[in-house]
Amino acid sequence: MRLIKANKVYIIMILSYLLLETLNRLGILNSYLLQIIMLAGINIIMTISLNLVNGFTGQFSIGHAGFMGVGAYSSAVVTTVFFHTSSWPVYFQVPIFLVSLIVGGMVAGLIGFLIGLPSLRLKGDYLAIVTLGFGELLRASIRLIDYVGGPRGLAGIPKYTNLFWVFLFTILSIYAARNFVNSSFGRACISIRENEVASEAMGIDTTKYKIISFTFASFMAGVAGGLFGHLLMFLQPDTFSFLKSIDYLVFLYAGGMSSISGSILGAGILTAVPEFLRFLANWRIVIYGVLLVLLMLKQPEGFYGGKEFGFLKIVRQDKKVRTEKAS
Amino acid sequence: METFLQLLIYGLQLGSIYALIALGYTMVYGIIGLINFAHGDFLMVGAFVALFAVTLFGLGFVPALLISMIITGLLGVSIERIAYKPLRKRPRLSALITAIGVSIVLENFPRALPFIGPAPRPFPQMIPMVKFNVLGVSTNSVQLIMIALSVLLMVMLQIIVTKTQIGRKMRAVSLDKDAASLMGINVNSVISVTFFIGASLAAAGGIFYASTYPMIDVYMGIVLGLKAFIAAVLGGIGNIPGAMVGGIIMGIAEIFATSINSDLGYGIGFVILIFILLVRPAGIMGKFTIEKV
Repeated sequence: MRLIKANKVYIIMILSYLLLETLNRLGILNSYLLQIIMLAGINIIMTISLNLVNGFTGQFSIGHAGFMGVGAYSSAVVTTVFFHTSSWPVYFQVPIFLVSLIVGGMVAGLIGFLIGLPSLRLKGDYLAIVTLGFGELLRASIRLIDYVGGPRGLAGIPKYTNLFWVFLFTILSIYAARNFVNSSFGRACISIRENEVASEAMGIDTTKYKIISFTFASFMAGVAGGLFGHLLMFLQPDTFSFLKSIDYLVFLYAGGMSSISGSILGAGILTAVPEFLRFLANWRIVIYGVLLVLLMLKQPEGFYGGKEFGFLKIVRQDKKVRTEKAS
Repeated sequence: METFLQLLIYGLQLGSIYALIALGYTMVYGIIGLINFAHGDFLMVGAFVALFAVTLFGLGFVPALLISMIITGLLGVSIERIAYKPLRKRPRLSALITAIGVSIVLENFPRALPFIGPAPRPFPQMIPMVKFNVLGVSTNSVQLIMIALSVLLMVMLQIIVTKTQIGRKMRAVSLDKDAASLMGINVNSVISVTFFIGASLAAAGGIFYASTYPMIDVYMGIVLGLKAFIAAVLGGIGNIPGAMVGGIIMGIAEIFATSINSDLGYGIGFVILIFILLVRPAGIMGKFTIEKV
């Protein structure tokens, strides 16, 4: 019993996965709903990674889709252009898929590092516009590379992404983000957000921590991109335009800044809402925009700004011991 | 040399359009510190209002331009009142997301209307096209009139900002809102006037753009607005002469790069932007302020 109580969250996660998977196998979830759920998972990873930069480190970056594109293309190059894995035996496909996701993340992380190095010296709106510029440049460069199809796009990517992998990677990134935020790295990042000059005076190497969080966020975006590419089976550079970056910004702020739970809610709800509004045909995006404005007017902190779900809170160890002793 | 001059004229024309739109970005930013993402859509609204003024009511170029500027200006003022004003005391980023929401509505509302719809439409030729050659460079009346009108509007703006009373109030509000309010300046009305001027300049820019590249659709404001925004940042956001310089640089650079490769034309703006911001973090004419504790 105690074991169940102590691992309540993990059990709920496994059960919810099993529930989704059963619904899927029974055919109650049709492929359309399944697609939305998987896209929501990928969007959650993207929004959380953006939250690490924008929410927790306080650096306003708006070119995040560029890193997703880099990750998507590099991982698709591994599985499709490099190795032609679709003709391979099944038990080779999964490991190479996982390797390709890591490669996607690493390439995106490397590019994030290279971009972050000069641009994180800038502040506020100037940083925003430079990240936007780099994001668009990444997209424009992919258009020029004929090896991956240039502006025509890259087709024939095998569909390796399924519910299991999306679920697993979403959970992994939620935990990775939680642990990052609560580590000494995360504390340093939060202090930069609160007051850069003061944290520098306290001996924090602000540039270093800004670059760390930016690189880590780019890595996560790259992995999410890899999942995205192997879900849609077709990549086109213009998918990763600044409009997509703005989508993630909207998810982030509607969900609530500096809250991992908020990112989960924001990305989850806002991925689903436009789909459920489909019966409105042409008016659906108008309604979506109106809802967004109303949300920001009525609740400028977003759905869940500054708060966290219970399982994402870190209970300090000494406090826990004390309360246990007292009881 | 002739090609150079030819490209220079095209660049100047495009650049003056960018400058007109960038002025709106920069003025709004200077006054309330908000990147108005919906600004690019004002130019689309302006172009459509002019289209209907010409096709439905048979107006000429000048009345259509004026009507479109006034209607778009009023739209800008009402959007500020409804969507941005309640958030003025909130973190700036909430207002930014609201601006994105407003822009989604502005693009998709006309798209959903049956008589506008998503398809591109031709924009009427409102000024008679007379082609002529100067020193081997071919140009036409539309081009020259557009450049002249843009310059005229920018000069007018400069006079309004530096010489009139409302201009002085605007400068005071952008310097320190609270102090200006204590000096008896009605901050709300100054912000409204700023939005009116910014949106009507965008409408003019939209009409000039549509007269040159005569196809308009509801999404035309996105890319154009983005480039104008880059121009504003390039010149130093919040700085009016900076926006003009930034716009002209962007336009000329884009035309020259496009003549080499069309994908390069899109990317060149970002390359220049990144280069300039890394060398001069506050833009060409922006003032770099040192953060004090």
